[in-house]
Amino acid sequence: MGKTIAEKIIGEHSGKKVTAGEFVVANVDVTAVQDGTGPLTIQEIQKINLEQAKNPSRTILFIDHAAPSPRKELSNAHKILRDFAKKTGAILSEVGEGVCHQRLVEDFVNPGEILVGADSHTCTSGALGAFATGMGSTDVGIAIALGKTWLKVPETFKIDVHGSFQQGVYAKDLILHLIGLIGADGATYKALEFTGETIRKMPMTDRFCLSNMAVEAGGKAGLIASDEITRQYLISRGRGDKFRPIDSDPDAVYERVINIDASKLEPTVSCPHTVDNTKLARELNDVKVDQVFIGSCTNGRIEDLRIAANILKGKKVHKDVRLLVVPASREIFIQASREGLLEIFAEAGGAINTPGCGPCVGVHAGILGDDEVCLATQNRNFQGRMGNPKGYIYLSSPATAAFSALRGKISDPREVLVK
Amino acid sequence: MIKQGKAWKFGDDISTDHIAPGRLFHLRTNLPELAKHVLEDADPEFAQKMSVGDFVVAGNNFGLGSSREHAPQVLKIAGVNAVLAKSFARIFFRNAINIGLLLVECNTDMINQGDELELDLAAGIIKNKTQATKIKATPLPDVMIKILNDGGLAKHIEKYGDFQLV
Repeated sequence: MGKTIAEKIIGEHSGKKVTAGEFVVANVDVTAVQDGTGPLTIQEIQKINLEQAKNPSRTILFIDHAAPSPRKELSNAHKILRDFAKKTGAILSEVGEGVCHQRLVEDFVNPGEILVGADSHTCTSGALGAFATGMGSTDVGIAIALGKTWLKVPETFKIDVHGSFQQGVYAKDLILHLIGLIGADGATYKALEFTGETIRKMPMTDRFCLSNMAVEAGGKAGLIASDEITRQYLISRGRGDKFRPIDSDPDAVYERVINIDASKLEPTVSCPHTVDNTKLARELNDVKVDQVFIGSCTNGRIEDLRIAANILKGKKVHKDVRLLVVPASREIFIQASREGLLEIFAEAGGAINTPGCGPCVGVHAGILGDDEVCLATQNRNFQGRMGNPKGYIYLSSPATAAFSALRGKISDPREVLVK
Repeated sequence: MIKQGKAWKFGDDISTDHIAPGRLFHLRTNLPELAKHVLEDADPEFAQKMSVGDFVVAGNNFGLGSSREHAPQVLKIAGVNAVLAKSFARIFFRNAINIGLLLVECNTDMINQGDELELDLAAGIIKNKTQATKIKATPLPDVMIKILNDGGLAKHIEKYGDFQLV
């Protein structure tokens, strides 16, 4: 009987053939924490005298959620991470380097590996053909210290996508559509495997966007086979030698198969306060927006910024809209600067902030006022997510976000993109 | 082990942002203080009104969202006996067991706000004393029972120096 990607990778890391449903102890290649979860990780392993890193060069501590620090308590939390890095030789990703999931795919994770990270969107790296999953502080602390973790081998949902996107429709619309279809708990405990001709042609940036949001359907991982596109990406990142082909077997067993025709999708928006509360952008024309955020580990990559800049170039955002732009990493920031994108955003009236999580986590840099509405390219719109339980968050693609910033209300970007 | 307490009823999709919101990020290194705000964005008065030993009772997908272990930590520190829900989000489920917060997966439709509950862990039965009904709990996987019995994952590793789960 054939194996899924999850079964293959977990099997290799636990030294035996495994099947969905089994419990195993597996070796872990890469571990990661961020400034919200890392301090507790370190405190938990200190308590049991295990303050060590089994593989320090593949243990990364990211300061991205509250970076630069807006308060002294968080500055002190950052010190805990810096001290641990010094003591153990683990890698520190400092203020301004970027959001952990983008940094992980840029420089750290390879096909066939297991990554466990103390952040729910760790599933982003699944787009590289790696088994990447989010866990809590203690789980990741033990993985840092011992280089292993326990896992239940997940059943897999095959998400088979065919057809080409219409102009103005993107990977973000596809993943929002899928979550709307199966629900915020539709894939709880399951791995998603994105496949089909649309995925095979898809650039890495869009694959990252899909894998990033697997957790928003409850998924444990968002996996994509590694192929020539993956190999080219790794070469561009100086890791061409780390490429290996990872794919499921043709006779792999899936718990569920979902077919999606990408050509039928339209610009899609998640409405407050759950990601599965999806509507079409064109159905939301009466929703006025106070803030638009373009960035995050979902949609803060250079290709996203190009799409937004193309719509904003030479124009001004609506007088009642604040536009916030946060490149996902320092390298993206530099590239956007070289291409003149930052200038376009600034001239359009946007505010550009430090690479990192930006306002998505509700700590700083764009907290909503009471009854205010934000349209964001991030992955989550829960009540209180952006720092105020009285705020309203809608999620969309960068194109929908940029065009809505010009209009001052949620708007379908096909109006400007389809000529 | 028998646990008794009052039910505090919540709906579906109670996220870790409801339980331990991002705007209180700076309190994550001060869990007793963060626990004073437990579930604040779902019910602003919950922390003041609840008593130690009460149960949080919810619908589907309790604990969805962020991986923050602070969410189960503050429920435990606040004195919540156990969380009863129709289903739990995956990371929250692991985190709660890892830190020794008891979770019970069961049909919570028959439980109303304020009902007096009695949880018999060994039997896997929740007695609703107010309604005079009994609800059966879905058993936890063996791996998780081992972790709970050892007092959480850190204690398990401290005891054996390694994983002794499978």
